[in-house]
Amino acid sequence: MRPFTYERATSAEAAARAAALTPGARFIAGGTNLIDLMKLEIETPAHLIDVSRLPMAAIEPTAVGGLRIGAAASNSAVAADATVRARYPVLSEAIVAGGSPQLRNKASVAGNLLQRTRCPYFYDTTKPCNKRRPGAGCAALEGLNRNAAIFGASRACIATHTSDMAVALVALDARVEALSPSGQPRSFPVSELHYLPGDTPHLETELIPGELITAVVLPPPPAGGQTYRKVRDRASYAGGLASVAVAGGQVALGMVAHKPWRASAAEGALAAGASPAEAIARELEGASPLGRNDFKVPLVARLTAAAIDDANGRG
Amino acid sequence: MTSVHDWDVTNPVKTNRTGLIGKAVERYEGPLKVTGTAPYAYEVQPPSPPAYGVMVGAAIAAGRITGADIAAAEASPGVLAVWTHLNVPKQAPRGTKAHPRSSAGSRPALEDERVAYFGQPVAFVIADTLENAVAASHLVKLTYDADAPDVDFLARLDEAGQPPGEQDVEIGDFAAGFAAAAVQVDGTWTTPIQNHCQMEPCASLVWFEGDKCIAHTSVQMVKPAQHGLAETIGIPRDNVHLMTRYIGGGFGGKGQTYDDLTLAALGAKALGRPVKVAFTRQQMMHGTVHRPATVQRVRLGASRDGTLDAMSMMTWTHCHKGGNFTEHASNFCRALYAAPNRLTGHRLVRLDLPAAGAMRAPGEASGTMSLECAMDELAEKLGLDPLELRIRNEPAVDPENGRPFSMRQLVRCLKEGAQLFGWDRRLPTPGQVRDGRWLVGMGMAAAIRGNFLLPAKCSFTVEPDGTIVVRQGMTDIGTGTYTVLAQIAAETLAVPLGQVRVEIGDSELPPAPGSGGQFGAATAGSAALMAGMKLRTAIAELATGDPGSPLHAGAPDEVTFQDGVIAISNRSETLSDLIRRAAPDGLTVEGEVRPAQDAQQWSTQTYGSHFVEVGVDPVTGEVRVRRMLGVFAAGRILNAATARSQLTGGMIWGAASALTEANPVDVRYGSFLNQDLAQYLVPVQADIGEVDAIMLDEVDDKANPMGIKGVGELGNSGAGAAVANAVYNACGVRVRDYPITPDKLLAGLIAQGR
Ligand SMILES: Cc1cc2nc3c(=O)[nH]c(=O)nc-3n(C[C@H](O)[C@H](O)[C@H](O)COP(=O)(O)OP(=O)(O)OC[C@H]3O[C@@H](n4cnc5c(N)ncnc54)[C@H](O)[C@@H]3O)c2cc1C
Ligand code: SF4
Repeated sequence: MRPFTYERATSAEAAARAAALTPGARFIAGGTNLIDLMKLEIETPAHLIDVSRLPMAAIEPTAVGGLRIGAAASNSAVAADATVRARYPVLSEAIVAGGSPQLRNKASVAGNLLQRTRCPYFYDTTKPCNKRRPGAGCAALEGLNRNAAIFGASRACIATHTSDMAVALVALDARVEALSPSGQPRSFPVSELHYLPGDTPHLETELIPGELITAVVLPPPPAGGQTYRKVRDRASYAGGLASVAVAGGQVALGMVAHKPWRASAAEGALAAGASPAEAIARELEGASPLGRNDFKVPLVARLTAAAIDDANGRG
Repeated sequence: MTSVHDWDVTNPVKTNRTGLIGKAVERYEGPLKVTGTAPYAYEVQPPSPPAYGVMVGAAIAAGRITGADIAAAEASPGVLAVWTHLNVPKQAPRGTKAHPRSSAGSRPALEDERVAYFGQPVAFVIADTLENAVAASHLVKLTYDADAPDVDFLARLDEAGQPPGEQDVEIGDFAAGFAAAAVQVDGTWTTPIQNHCQMEPCASLVWFEGDKCIAHTSVQMVKPAQHGLAETIGIPRDNVHLMTRYIGGGFGGKGQTYDDLTLAALGAKALGRPVKVAFTRQQMMHGTVHRPATVQRVRLGASRDGTLDAMSMMTWTHCHKGGNFTEHASNFCRALYAAPNRLTGHRLVRLDLPAAGAMRAPGEASGTMSLECAMDELAEKLGLDPLELRIRNEPAVDPENGRPFSMRQLVRCLKEGAQLFGWDRRLPTPGQVRDGRWLVGMGMAAAIRGNFLLPAKCSFTVEPDGTIVVRQGMTDIGTGTYTVLAQIAAETLAVPLGQVRVEIGDSELPPAPGSGGQFGAATAGSAALMAGMKLRTAIAELATGDPGSPLHAGAPDEVTFQDGVIAISNRSETLSDLIRRAAPDGLTVEGEVRPAQDAQQWSTQTYGSHFVEVGVDPVTGEVRVRRMLGVFAAGRILNAATARSQLTGGMIWGAASALTEANPVDVRYGSFLNQDLAQYLVPVQADIGEVDAIMLDEVDDKANPMGIKGVGELGNSGAGAAVANAVYNACGVRVRDYPITPDKLLAGLIAQGR
């Protein structure tokens, strides 16, 4: 780990400004991802701005009947929130499917959205990785890539985004609220927060340097049942092999792409009256597995069909 | 010369008057551990502030270091030294034994420019703080001339040879017996590389007091650690005082020391101040030994009634290019089932991987994963209950060598386990039981593991206040050694448990072989019993010979011991009164145990049965263990709680081997894929439902003077196979390539049309 300086931000505006003013500065919330990466010198911030104590942890209703969740709210707090559990159960289920209780107590909403991939080659700094060093090559491409993406990958990077929470947020049409270093607020869909890798897998999100996430905002829940299901090698404390969030007719897939994958083709088919199995088959026509991760195609097919059935049963 | 008949005499452990032997007394060091005050090697307080060493691992798996740029690291804040092979202090050449009876030779660190495995420590930084050392370690720049790593085990199988000094063992005519058998199973199973993943990574703290090297480290065997360090740094063995008081798990991986110890000692010597060095979690994966992968071919031939006519187990495995370690996965089956025609053996390939080594029931843990599943397959072909198949092949004597069993309660383990578990509710046809989204199945397997007694010593002192101090160069790797030694001492001298102090993990104490191969409690405990018996005699003689004692002039063999009081009929005094008066410096004796020279006339093993219920999600191929029950026969149990904890721990590791634990090799780089505990999957709480271990009443008087045997590894033997068999019973899919992950199971489910 490189030596770094540290400050505790006093307001959201001050945090964003400080990040813009200090070269190499990063925000830190729970630190459950950033610190691990700093220990391995995959991340080497010169300065940390602690945003975990900013007054942006509230979970409150919006005027239009939705819910605004502060970016500093802990994953545990969101999962346990009575409104979330009652109206957005898919979000609560997704969060508790991630990490462990200890991690969820520390982890924040913004940090969870911005967690970096669990690609094992990304973590082994002796291996080439375009995300760590643009142009170095991708060790996973021809490697042990059982958990690689099946949608939207490129030859430059086949890693997946591993947040569970983000999959539910994308299915729920949630939006990100952010504050730019110059104090400009803006808002955009969570589905647009993460980029596909293309030729520049090191460019991961829509945020500009120093831009602070202040909240995520949920619209009123769609009609219909909700469910989240995740497949993993062990029962807890493990990243997924695939996951699916269903909220009424809205479906998003996890751990199959560089971002939470909104299954629009499946949604369209469902709306047109296709069965769950037919609908997900339509989505998977666009899948391009690599060999070791071929199993994800039937896995997603079966999991999604079962999840949609479940959700319909709950609706 | 010792004979097993010398052990026939009665002793306090056997009579167990106060019932302390076997009782689930709390761990001796438990309060220290749960309050975080047990000083593990890295946390020991040195006499002056320590410096911190950090190792840098090689980025290639084979080749040479061509350049080392250490200038930036040396200039980094707080840095005290930066070493590579070019400037490391002098060490004895590898394998040197300046003292011919050293139990380990020199193990130099940063030896030369050659890189023999990925992650091999190739540079070392010492700084005033851990943070400064870590930061500087990233500034060391090494360049390499890399060779293509030769690490592809499966691609090299054809070149595998006999392990040195070994031959296949054939009895009868296997080929003919197998060919003639009415029913056959012929299958190949594979088990992956696994890492120990002890909670405490290897760590050392060393300083010098004059010529004396004071070393705290985390190791399962004290003497080889002490000797190896002395040989490496070239000082007399007595000048190394090595301690390993608390150990956060060993599992076989700490059967030897690593470069943390050597480099801490070299650093302490060079800097003249204490130096501590710990492996990071990531470094543990490559920097210490691992369980090697195996390919196992099992062939079983049986008559229609289920009698085995032919049985063969051949294992292919690998070790490091410089080594000979062999995963003896085929050996255990030699004593397990009767069959007139038998063939077993091993083949070894040498690779550019880190050294393979012993891990959690080496041999049995891997080997039962094939044979005990092959038995399940055979039972199915025969239309027999797998439990019944095993009972039908129960041998009367050791089938390999014709020796009688010292004690064998395998069938009782099987039957009692079946009853307690509710095995009769199992449906023989797979895929019939549903619980919500889960398909539910049951599986079972037998367990066997050898039992050993090694030479050991132990001293007992009675102090003037009546405290009994047990001293032994033994280790406790979380198994309960402290506790069982205290129990043996308290029972033998008839003092309350609170009146016993146990000092272990120290090279200056009477030597014991340490923890490994489930020989620890039997070996260390027997030596302790011997010491206790001697101390009883010494105390009796002291009292009866002391004119100041009420017992004076009595017959020493009439002295009785109870509650810290010695007596001859109604004449008595407390132990402390006697010692304070007659031996004010305390009274010390040393006891010793040796293997009996006639012990080889018996086949001595520990046995068990496993019963497992799993759920399989037929949609996703996920497996969850719902219930595990083990029933074990392993001699007299010294402490029901610590023994049970070891057994259930072994069972859980079995579930891990069946379902999650593996470290794949990336053959391009010669490195393991999983380098932390987020990627390398050991079971978590949620993976394991109910687990219980039952220990049958047993005393094996051929094993040692106490009639105890080991439980440390037995629980692991067979547990994984029972899980795999339960998976099959749940969903009808057999996966022979461990671990049984959702992707593999899904392929089988889809092939079945599920
Ligand atoms: C062993 C392990 C297992 C895990 N398993 C799962 C799992 O199964 N599912 C899952 O979803 N997750 C999993 N995680 C990831 C975990 O959810 C994330 O580590 C956590 O959510 C990150 O939140 P944090 O607040 O600690 O972020 P930090 O580590 O503090 O920060 C992460 C990133 O977010 C940035 N950041 C933080 N706050 C803001 C803000 N307000 N605005 C802009 N940028 C910000 C930081 O600069 C940093 O780049 C696992 C993590 C570990 C260590
Ligand atoms: S898949 Fe992406 S993260 Fe993984 S090694 Fe390739 S570039 Fe790096």
